[in-house]
Amino acid sequence: MIELENVAYSYGGGELLSDISLKLAAGSFHFLTGPSGTGKTTLLKLCYGALLPTAGHVRLFDRDVRGLERDDIAMMRRRIGVVHQDVKFLDHMPLSDNVSLPLTVSGRHAEAAGADLDELMSWVGLTSRMQALPPELSGGERQRAALARAVIMSPDVVLADEPTGNIDWEMSQRLLRLLIELNRMGKTVLIATHDLSLIRATKAHVQARVLRIANRRLQLAGADL
Amino acid sequence: MNLGLSNVRAMIAGDSQADRVVPPSGFTARLTVFAAAAMAFLAVFALALSLASGRLAARWGDELARSATIRIVAPLDQRAAQTDAALRVLETWRGVASARALTDAEQQALLAPWFGPELALDSLPVPRLIELISEPEGFDAAGLRLRLAAEVPGAVLDDHSRWREPLVAAASRLRLLGWLSTLLIAATMAAIVTLAANAALSANAQVIAVLRLVGATDGYIARAFIRRFTLRALAGATLGMLVGGAAVWLLPSAASEAGFLTGLGIEGWRWLLLLLIPLLAAAVAFGATGAAARRTLKELE
Repeated sequence: MIELENVAYSYGGGELLSDISLKLAAGSFHFLTGPSGTGKTTLLKLCYGALLPTAGHVRLFDRDVRGLERDDIAMMRRRIGVVHQDVKFLDHMPLSDNVSLPLTVSGRHAEAAGADLDELMSWVGLTSRMQALPPELSGGERQRAALARAVIMSPDVVLADEPTGNIDWEMSQRLLRLLIELNRMGKTVLIATHDLSLIRATKAHVQARVLRIANRRLQLAGADL
Repeated sequence: MNLGLSNVRAMIAGDSQADRVVPPSGFTARLTVFAAAAMAFLAVFALALSLASGRLAARWGDELARSATIRIVAPLDQRAAQTDAALRVLETWRGVASARALTDAEQQALLAPWFGPELALDSLPVPRLIELISEPEGFDAAGLRLRLAAEVPGAVLDDHSRWREPLVAAASRLRLLGWLSTLLIAATMAAIVTLAANAALSANAQVIAVLRLVGATDGYIARAFIRRFTLRALAGATLGMLVGGAAVWLLPSAASEAGFLTGLGIEGWRWLLLLLIPLLAAAVAFGATGAAARRTLKELE
């Protein structure tokens, strides 16, 4: 699915990530942890082609991102659902249109207005909020809507960057259950978080690999987690 | 980013869903419509100027080139004889289609603006005028002058070239200026639309980021902006063209009291040329927004 090989990334003259190797196999579940500012978000961006590595190779579905045109990367992103902590929507469009935006931009309008959308909105518990505008949503609703948007194309991989960062414990558990459910459906899931309790709660339900960024490098986290 | 023929077709066909991804409001919308309307209004006048000066150049160049005047400057008792002699020469002169002496009434009408309608031509040494119309291929003016000098000593041939040539040159230059104005108007509109498109693209950087995140290609994003600006330019230019066309139509008719300004109107099928203005405005907006979108999307990588 997604493979990083000896990847380094420099920014502003300093190296943020160094010699990172990571392979996200189909159906696997990963956590990426580490203190704020260690490069978790950067690593996620490398995983969906939003950034190019300064050294090493990033392969998305067996294709090196360096050899991809911008439109090729756009096509790849249709197979990778992304949930950001500070999720962005198109504020002038109702939630249903925002959630179905990936279908709209890929020319699948009919599906965007179809039964799949209703089912998906019900799955994330937002059926009653379909016509709401994004600024009217709470933090938890935004995160669930972002997850719905990320999976509406039935992507192979879901990348989530601090998906529970702005929401309460109960809502974060609900979101986590949705991500575990996606993994059980065969999706590859990578969650970047500094919330260790979230990781502990998940390990009871799914076999997850926990990775930590420390000193610019990626390590397998210890049994303390 | 591919903005080829298929994308042009897709843009014309439209995509109601894609149209919605770009926020509808903003000063750029009003700026584009206003600029297109104003430029189209000016373009109508530039076009009218070009067409009128073209007509003028053609008239001065072709119609007046086929006419000449012969003045018979002779004592009163010889004037009629010399006029007859000149007409006889002209009857047989190759390239002369027709020739006739102006009547007293016609000459009086010509002089009336200076001397008033009560002028008695008999009391003044006014030369008799002969109007000469040539065949389309023209006549040998130099040869005719020599012949008249030999047979009609009081005859002076004026083939109008002395004053006609600078007028034709001026009319041609005016037509050129008209077309140059049209080009400048198109360039100005392209610049305004480019500025408006740049502002809209910059203001919507977050929209572009969201669209990219969910897998939109640059072509899709560009089309959404291009279609919006092209349609705005088309609407604005249509409005400006209609108002400008009405203003030209309301100008005094070319058939009334002669004069260059009254001849600014557009005649016959040439009214259809106005339809090109909105289409050209849309094409300019299409190109300008496309270039702005390509540049901005590259910068926002």
